[in-house]
Amino acid sequence: MIQNAMILLRRKKPMDWVRFLLMWGCGLATGAVLLYLVGFIVVKGVPHLTPSLFAVEYTTENQSLFPALVTTLLMVVLTLLIAVPFGVFTAIYLVEYAPRGSRLVRVIRMTTETLAGIPSIVFGLFGYIFFASWLGWGKSILTGCCTLAIMILPLIMRTTEESLKSIPDTYREGAFGLGAGRLRTVGRVILPSAMPGIFAGIILAVGRIVGETAALIFTIGSVIKIPENLFSQGRTLALHVLQLSSQGHNRNEAYATAVVLLIVVIGINMLSETIERRFANKLK
Amino acid sequence: MRGVFLVAALASVLAVALICLFLFAQGFPAIMEIGPLKFLFGTEWKPKQDIFGILPMILGSVYVTGGAILLGVPIGLFTALFMAKSCPKPLYRFLKPAINLMAGVPSVIYGFFGMMVLVPAIFELFGKRFDMMSGDSMLAASILLAMMILPTVINIAETNLRSVPQELYEGAVALGASHERAVFKVILPAARSGVMAAVVLGVGRAIGETMAVKMVAGNQAVLRLPHEFLKGVRTLTTNIVTEMGYVEHGSLHNGALIATGVVLFVFILIINMLFSVLNRDLPRRRRGKENAPNLSKEGAAL
Amino acid sequence: MAPAGARQGKVMKKFEILNTDLWYNDFKALHSVSMDIEANQITAFIGPSGCGKSTLIKTLNRMNDLIEGCKVKGSILLDGEDIYGNIDVNLLRKRVGMVFQKPNPFPMSIYDNIAFGPRTHGVKSRYRLDEIVEKSLRDAAIWEETKDRLKKSALSLSGGQQQRLCIARALSVEPEVLLMDEPTSALDPISTAKIEDLVTELKEQYTVVIVTHNMQQATRISDKTAFFLLGEMVEYGDTQQVFSNPREKRCEDYITGRFG
Repeated sequence: MIQNAMILLRRKKPMDWVRFLLMWGCGLATGAVLLYLVGFIVVKGVPHLTPSLFAVEYTTENQSLFPALVTTLLMVVLTLLIAVPFGVFTAIYLVEYAPRGSRLVRVIRMTTETLAGIPSIVFGLFGYIFFASWLGWGKSILTGCCTLAIMILPLIMRTTEESLKSIPDTYREGAFGLGAGRLRTVGRVILPSAMPGIFAGIILAVGRIVGETAALIFTIGSVIKIPENLFSQGRTLALHVLQLSSQGHNRNEAYATAVVLLIVVIGINMLSETIERRFANKLK
Repeated sequence: MRGVFLVAALASVLAVALICLFLFAQGFPAIMEIGPLKFLFGTEWKPKQDIFGILPMILGSVYVTGGAILLGVPIGLFTALFMAKSCPKPLYRFLKPAINLMAGVPSVIYGFFGMMVLVPAIFELFGKRFDMMSGDSMLAASILLAMMILPTVINIAETNLRSVPQELYEGAVALGASHERAVFKVILPAARSGVMAAVVLGVGRAIGETMAVKMVAGNQAVLRLPHEFLKGVRTLTTNIVTEMGYVEHGSLHNGALIATGVVLFVFILIINMLFSVLNRDLPRRRRGKENAPNLSKEGAAL
Repeated sequence: MAPAGARQGKVMKKFEILNTDLWYNDFKALHSVSMDIEANQITAFIGPSGCGKSTLIKTLNRMNDLIEGCKVKGSILLDGEDIYGNIDVNLLRKRVGMVFQKPNPFPMSIYDNIAFGPRTHGVKSRYRLDEIVEKSLRDAAIWEETKDRLKKSALSLSGGQQQRLCIARALSVEPEVLLMDEPTSALDPISTAKIEDLVTELKEQYTVVIVTHNMQQATRISDKTAFFLLGEMVEYGDTQQVFSNPREKRCEDYITGRFG
């Protein structure tokens, strides 16, 4: 194999050299860009990861990220509580119940596709107009969650739909053959087998929630405190990085906070990849 | 139970309806008050004097997105070709997760990186010679956006390149074509519409990006020409995010910002439509997977 | 280019396969196969599925290089030169063309499909390309059907036409040998007949090796037949002899339909 490759290398025509270098160059450059991005943040940030950065109470001196971390966690849980049922149920309806190719299905598909393409700033604008102003919830955790829930709905829906579709029809036939009703089939046979795929999608959605800024900046405010109730304002980790980076005198804390955010995101990504791989192997 | 699922399914329809309704209901009156032509083609944006022309921002979005496409698409495409057809397995095992991670890195992190690395670098390179005030510029935003759209372009293009039947590759190689020639001259053209779809989705991402652009673009609401790429620029998205924070509720200014959102929304709708038209050409099994996690993890043969 | 055999007026060896073993990772797919393939003859490989006949034909232009974990031992000589030695694979594949089981026209125009090969090997002149395209299409007996629609997509042709286009494409680089891997298995009887006629004409200029599932096809068109079983070449000889008077019991059983 390697010998063959060597022979091939020696025999390349000039144009093939150009193509070869373009592919390898761009491929390696892409990897290098990510390495540089992550490396830069980590190298600059890790030395400033001090214990005071994780103090329970935020003060202008310690610039603690702890309240933001808790708020982020809270946002993730609440947003998923709203979005997951809607997303999963929609997918179940589309795959298991809806008559194939009906007009309603086409409309639902079209709207979720539209939803998936809308930039987060537009969701932010909508959340501000609708939840904060029109419903009068003001800038609050609740407003933020509802906005994010709409934003991640298509993602959850689509990944669920894909995993439901990847369940072989023989499972369904088997369950129906035993006299199980549709609901029982879905609940007892289809959903459990599709669970890892759905879970991987949810984790991707968590990643989006954690990293989101544009949709939140006008919807949850910027108070740095652990929220007391749904109508408290708050600030997530990503928003915290945004604020810190715009203040010139807190650069070190900004780097450190960015590292924490990056670690969370990388962790989420790896988790999602692992689950997906397991799921793919299981279905083989 | 069927009813419950149906109601859930209608929620997304309701959400889109509400978004359209509220954005248009609040943005449209402002557009009418300013005058549609004056709003869309007005070259000046001076909220204090109630002058609201968003042409600078429309052009800003076009420039920044164009720059990102110019830089990001070739690199993304070649990388996708590499991933699909030339990457040795061990390297693929590292590169694929890296690119997926790149898609997951939040825009604030990109923005922060741009602020701390790109902007100073651009200032260092061109600052003195071109009398720049700072490195915040169209160029910085374009480079940063190019980085951000890379994973989108790569993943969709790779999926589509992989779904080109292996027989075509074999046919080319059997004629004595080298691996590179077969990949560039047969596989790539065969995946044409899928590659176009990747580009269109990249455009959608770039045009909708907000925070990262805001952090490096300078945000001057001034009409620019393409050759002024070393000057600051404001896009549709950053116009909203820069001023929405302090705007007086119910004012014309507020309406004009929401109307900016409406224009952005319409742009995105057009791009989405283009994307689904391009995607319709692809065989059924290739569709739908674009944004979903790629469940197939087969390494690169060859 | 007139093949060496024709010039000298006697049958010449085109390929010499010497003691060739082939592995896919741990699976041994060919067991020391030795045979000569003669110039300007049609040699048919027959045998049940998985017997190694397709594997062997792919070693003749080294298409098996594309399969990961594939290893070849022994030597295969083309005009006396070892094709697994230090040679340019791309030039080998120019000399030894291939037609596949399923028609695989490129998703481009008919013209560009044919011109792809010559362009690959450096032909740039528009005039020369036009000539090659016409000659190749004529040789593959599809010129009349396509001459008015050369700029149309090759995918607009019927399955049988697509396969003849692929034959034309293989001829466009003026190969010496044409390998055909079950070229008619995806086609209807009428298209199959057309391709069989074509193949018998082609042997004037080319050495043809054809893998086929269809024993009638082998008797109709081939001069020599090799019978394979479980990676071994069991019998090889003149087609008439192999089919009417097989030396090997296993070959006879297969031909008379006792298995396979």
